[in-house]
Amino acid sequence: MSSVMANNKTTNKAANKMITQKGFAIDLKTWGPFVALVALGLLGVLINPAFLGLDNLSNMLTRSAFIGIIAIGATFVITAGGLDLSVGAMAAFIAGVMIILMNSLVEQFGAGWTTILLGIGASLLLGICAGFINGIVTTKGKIEAFIVTLGTMGIYRSLVTYLSDGGTLTLDWAVRDIYRPVYYGSFLGITIPVWVFLAVAVIGYILLNYTRFGRYCFAIGSNEKVAEYSAIHVDRVKTLTYMLQGVCVALATIIYVPRLGSASGATGVLWELEAIAAVIIGGTMLKGGHGRIWGTVVGAIMLTMIGNILNLTDAISNYLNGTVQGIIIIVAVYLQRASWRKTGP
Amino acid sequence: MRSIKTAVKACVTTAALTSAIGLSGAAVAQEYTIGVSIPAATHGWTGGVNYHAEEAKKRLEELYPDIEFTISTAGTAGEQANDLEDLVSLRNIDALVVLPFESGPLTDPVRRVKESGVFVTVVDRGLTEEGIQDLYVAGNNHELGRVSGEYIRERLDDEGDIVVLRGIPTVIDDERVQGFQEAIEGSEVNILDMQHANWNRDDGFEVMQDYLARFENIDAVWAQDDDIALGVIEAVRQADREEELFIVGGAGMKDIIKRVMDGDELVPVDVLYPPAMIATAMDLTVQHFVSNGPVLGEYILGSPLITQENAEQYYFPDSPF
Repeated sequence: MSSVMANNKTTNKAANKMITQKGFAIDLKTWGPFVALVALGLLGVLINPAFLGLDNLSNMLTRSAFIGIIAIGATFVITAGGLDLSVGAMAAFIAGVMIILMNSLVEQFGAGWTTILLGIGASLLLGICAGFINGIVTTKGKIEAFIVTLGTMGIYRSLVTYLSDGGTLTLDWAVRDIYRPVYYGSFLGITIPVWVFLAVAVIGYILLNYTRFGRYCFAIGSNEKVAEYSAIHVDRVKTLTYMLQGVCVALATIIYVPRLGSASGATGVLWELEAIAAVIIGGTMLKGGHGRIWGTVVGAIMLTMIGNILNLTDAISNYLNGTVQGIIIIVAVYLQRASWRKTGP
Repeated sequence: MRSIKTAVKACVTTAALTSAIGLSGAAVAQEYTIGVSIPAATHGWTGGVNYHAEEAKKRLEELYPDIEFTISTAGTAGEQANDLEDLVSLRNIDALVVLPFESGPLTDPVRRVKESGVFVTVVDRGLTEEGIQDLYVAGNNHELGRVSGEYIRERLDDEGDIVVLRGIPTVIDDERVQGFQEAIEGSEVNILDMQHANWNRDDGFEVMQDYLARFENIDAVWAQDDDIALGVIEAVRQADREEELFIVGGAGMKDIIKRVMDGDELVPVDVLYPPAMIATAMDLTVQHFVSNGPVLGEYILGSPLITQENAEQYYFPDSPF
């Protein structure tokens, strides 16, 4: 326990030194999340060398893919000044529908890739529709995103409970055996979910930084009125961000379902908060106008890493896991914001 | 305007009808209404409670035409307190079977039901004050831990390294872990670590993945709960370490019971903590009205070990749990 605290102290000191050195201050804005990630990684190694084991690293990255992919969608929504609280419930709902659909398709198409691909297609379609509903009600209905997505969160959550009769929906085992590699399989030594995560991140990065759509997101998030006067179709762009979020949720669900082959009312609980936390840790601002995809990726990995490190040690009481997580999240965000206060965002 | 008139008319007719039904009801011999208040099906176990409550209602109403059940489900403790008031004032219940959402907040509402002269059966979660209920029906959490611990100890010949996945930090979890620790006390069975997996499949999967990365040898896993156990199974399968260990869950979920029935080496047994206890409570409450023997006190269900030999009697393929 004492060695853990000592480590915390030294990493803090090191970070403080960087802030005080001139020139580093600006870099820290970009590299803050990475610095925090490396510091956390070092802490992990010191706590338990098993942390650096290939299996453990692979497990952790694969796990972070769900929240990561959802958080990339959330980066767009938040950058454009919106918010989506429904993603966790949406994931559970999509997973539920997907399982029911695939189970019923087995009779017709047998347990094969046709069934699975139809399930995947349905999942993407549902995600797009769910995102469209969130977007259109928020923009055309002129209701705060917080309320709209809080509402849809409740709707999707209760729908999945209803679909499963309060129990658990389980995927037909024969389908599952074929579908299983989508989570457990790997290509060039890297698991499929990590590849998907990476691909989504690269596409997200290009979309946010090198396209007109991305620039519109920044503009709307900075000042919606000005964006509107600049002839940007604000409603359309904002709705598109929610649809993008829906697609990301569907993608996350597609790689989630083969993991345990089940969905229940307890699936995806609090994913929305983890996704938002990942976005903010990564340096995107909650009030909009400023988004960073790679920061989000790092944020999602960090959140998973905290849980992983806590599982690798029994030095900290289990009851205090939440405390440790809370402190690390706040410190991580403080590190990068500390420089902003001096130089301005 | 017209719609208002129609609405008023509808109201009047309904009122007349209801009073007519009420009168005809009173004309028949002694009838009993039993209210059943349970938490909504928000997770697997409560889903099972809902299923078995409905099944018991069907069965008992057929068996005893004079007895009527009315089941209400609540999403929160506050909602359940409202339900209790409604059951007394609107449904005029003669007996209440209640599985409290939380013990503390519902103690007083249940007391008020009792004070109105209703026979009260409390299920699973005891009230924080004694002497309110007429009958208490519950599983035995301490026993669940003890039975699991004894099985693991016996199967490992008193020595080995095990990991434990705990539930949501609550009294239920504490009692189970305490029973488990008492059972392995004095043996060479060594608990490598205990972490909370919150009775959740995903958490079970992740915690077990980390255990597998951390410990080179694990002889047994006490998952305490069948949902956690299902996550653990996947993690073990992924790491290709099925040969090395076995898993003991708890509750009696149909998927796990099926594995036990089929003789799965990885999940050789399960320990019962059945959601069907709500049906036991309903049966006993009916006996209060129809039997000439007294129905009072406590009825604590055993937590038997489910093995391949006896698994079939605990298998309900139609239940959602």
